[in-house]
Amino acid sequence: MNEAKAVRSRKDGGSSSVDASYSYTVLLAALFAIAAGLVGSVALMKRMVLASDVISHLALPGLGVAFLLKINPLVGGGATLFLGTLLIWQLQQKTGLATDAMIGVVFAAALGIGALVTPNEDLLEALFGNFQKLSLAGFLLGTAAVILVVVSLVHMKDRLILDLFSSELAAATGVNVPRLDLGFLLVFSLTVLVGLRFMGALLSSALIIIPAATARQLTGRMTQFVVVACVTSLVSVAAGFVISTLIFKTSTVGPTIVIVSVLLFALSLLKKK
Amino acid sequence: MTESLLSVRDLRVVFGNRVVLRELSFDVYSGDCLAIIGPNGSGKTVLLKALQHLIPYEGEIHWRQDARLGYVPQSVAADRQLPLRVRELLAAKARFLRLADREIEQVSSELDLSPEFANAGIGTLSGGQFQKVLLAFALLGRPNVLLFDEPTASLDELSEERIYEFVHELQCRRGITFILVSHDLSIVYRYASRVLCLSKGKSCMGPPKEILTPEMLEELYGAPPKYYRHIEEH
Repeated sequence: MNEAKAVRSRKDGGSSSVDASYSYTVLLAALFAIAAGLVGSVALMKRMVLASDVISHLALPGLGVAFLLKINPLVGGGATLFLGTLLIWQLQQKTGLATDAMIGVVFAAALGIGALVTPNEDLLEALFGNFQKLSLAGFLLGTAAVILVVVSLVHMKDRLILDLFSSELAAATGVNVPRLDLGFLLVFSLTVLVGLRFMGALLSSALIIIPAATARQLTGRMTQFVVVACVTSLVSVAAGFVISTLIFKTSTVGPTIVIVSVLLFALSLLKKK
Repeated sequence: MTESLLSVRDLRVVFGNRVVLRELSFDVYSGDCLAIIGPNGSGKTVLLKALQHLIPYEGEIHWRQDARLGYVPQSVAADRQLPLRVRELLAAKARFLRLADREIEQVSSELDLSPEFANAGIGTLSGGQFQKVLLAFALLGRPNVLLFDEPTASLDELSEERIYEFVHELQCRRGITFILVSHDLSIVYRYASRVLCLSKGKSCMGPPKEILTPEMLEELYGAPPKYYRHIEEH
């Protein structure tokens, strides 16, 4: 695997370009962790944890098709992710169906189609991600996406607070609530897309939700909550990465990152009591 | 005649097959206190929402250009776990409406909100305190129209009295127009300049003395009023 080679090259004192591309991966993973902490905080407060989980699975069919066509998996994953996000938003606006019901249908469809079209040898990577080396262009694109996520959230902050308190009062104040919902769903999807490379379609939303849940256990103040979520997310990525590469010698770091974040959540439960 | 602040013409609201409001027309003028009364399900809350364009409707709702609305709902299903402080909520609205910082101070002082109160999490507030926050939220932005949807339904009599006294004082001082939904007919009689009755898709409007008669109330609620009898002149 590319990334396994990268790890090996690094250990063996490989070329500087390989080292640089590996640094890009680590740096982008750290930026993703911060974006995940921010987005996760809002998703948790909006009580859309389950919906968030499904959104990441929407990438799976696209990843599968991209693997089949031998194009960049993120292009395929991104396409179905954003189309699926628009579909979920439309369903929410028009049918008024219970979110849970929609989630069940979309989740099953995305997973079924994704598993069907993804070649077997690529399925593991599509589901759990991989710490592959990253080109400068890939790094810059990922960084631009993270900046877009952060700037969008800062821009939406006041409207989100009003909406979190009461959608009705937010609308009465002049907030376009459906547009705000769509904006947040797209920001969420973009964050998932950045994390898809490292965490895969099954786990990328886990890093968005679990650190936020941990932070919620530790603080009752909004600013602290967001900061703690970002720090917890960053710690999970760093520790998961170190444990995976140094102890387990594997490039599939997503599961380890998730386990670290779950352990931090468990610790936060102890502290609360 | 002065231009009305609010003009409603042939307003019709339908949910599925059910017509909630049928061809409703009325005007509201600056400084009015319009009370909307009617039995449960008669469309009082629906009317307040339609007036703010929060739900789809047919017909015309025209606010004068200088109208600034403040809305106090009956209740807000706010998540009590939300890590949000009172001042953060008010600041978010102030920033969204691009209000000066002193507006929050002004509202806080008008409502006697202490710094401790402003720092409290919304999940820790009592029912009365929560209604105070909703009132502060509505007053931010210096509205000249206040829409009240039974905001004191969950409060004790004394708290209810205080809120209405405060709003009445605001009305006298700033000439705020007040549109109020209430089941409490003594409140309606005391503060309303006009009353709009809604019942089974029909409506009637007039001064409290003409509307709040035992005959009208019996027709409106389908039973004679057992608890309300107004004996004092307004």
